[in-house]
Amino acid sequence: MLVRQVDGYIKIFMKGNNSLNTKYLNPYVAGMLLGLILLSAFYFTGRGLGASGAMKSVVTSTLNTIAPNHTSNSEYFAKYVADGKNPMNSWLVFEILGVVLGGFLSGAFAGRLKLKVEHHPFITSNKRIALALSGGVLFGFGSQLGRGCTSGSALTGMAVFSLQGFISMIAIFGTAFIFAYFFRKNWIGG
Amino acid sequence: MGPLIPQEIISLDWNLVIAFVVGIGFGFVLEASGFSSSRKLAGIFYGYDTVVLKVFFTAAITAMLGLLYLSLFGWIDLNLVYVNPTYLWSAIIGGIIMGLGFIIGGFCPGTSVCAAAIGKIDAMVFIIGIIIGIFIFGEGFPIWKEFHEAGNLGSLKIQDIIGISGGLFTFLIIIFAMILFKTGEWAESQFTREEY
Repeated sequence: MLVRQVDGYIKIFMKGNNSLNTKYLNPYVAGMLLGLILLSAFYFTGRGLGASGAMKSVVTSTLNTIAPNHTSNSEYFAKYVADGKNPMNSWLVFEILGVVLGGFLSGAFAGRLKLKVEHHPFITSNKRIALALSGGVLFGFGSQLGRGCTSGSALTGMAVFSLQGFISMIAIFGTAFIFAYFFRKNWIGG
Repeated sequence: MGPLIPQEIISLDWNLVIAFVVGIGFGFVLEASGFSSSRKLAGIFYGYDTVVLKVFFTAAITAMLGLLYLSLFGWIDLNLVYVNPTYLWSAIIGGIIMGLGFIIGGFCPGTSVCAAAIGKIDAMVFIIGIIIGIFIFGEGFPIWKEFHEAGNLGSLKIQDIIGISGGLFTFLIIIFAMILFKTGEWAESQFTREEY
């Protein structure tokens, strides 16, 4: 079965996804690959993956360009620009640049590159945009309070048996699961 | 012998190159799994698509097992692998806020970057949201500073708390994941699948 999936994936590379019934990689194969990528990050650098940290660097760097005095006086952001440090010169920023390229390549191979707002037919594009913005604000805030997001705190943390990783995972997915009922109109229309 | 960079087996200059290459793999696999679609991601919370559950747990198990074996063979020194410290209260409340962001916005930070890379406008807006959220947190930091630092338990590992070995714990997680996978497959069979 694994062989067939790998074979199918080679086909995606070679002729695009049209010859396959499923457009996506088998989730278990994908999970194994993701696990191996995480493992290689540990092996080379002793740290795992992340995402929100790179966005914190973008915020710090932008703020430092617009208002350098304000930034170096900020209780939260100052440490990232201390001694003339450049917050963009960080592991996570380069990793996220890689994510952009990797995601783009996969989308290109599978014929999924398209500028669009994706949403359930029950809601409008504008509503989806408003929801995406509010969700993003919450996630951005929560990732700073919780010291990392789904990749940096939950996934990476779980892999090294960190209690923080398990708490993050349960809190993030548990909350979304509990509140799913109240937001069902946006996702399943009912 | 690993991790290589902390022990300077390969030079620190390679650090950012490795970051970029690891990132390419990360982004590629996320996109190829369908994590670039908020409708596919949100499926886990309604049961119509449990790809997140399968990919997330398989990845966690693979990395856990991988670290255990590498350390067993003496190929990695687990003492040099960073364990994110536990700050009990901010982890719980931060996680709850992120969970709300997930069900409202349909992405998490990593998946939003990879969705934006293939042209999803809602994902680009989600990223703008994240940036605003981080800005608000940073600007209002004095207000929640104390809470942010409360309940510091240090770099605490599960084994230290429940007193079983890492191997046994991994084994239990694998059993648990198998049950979750089975449940996920069952939930998906209750819906007519639509691919996004």
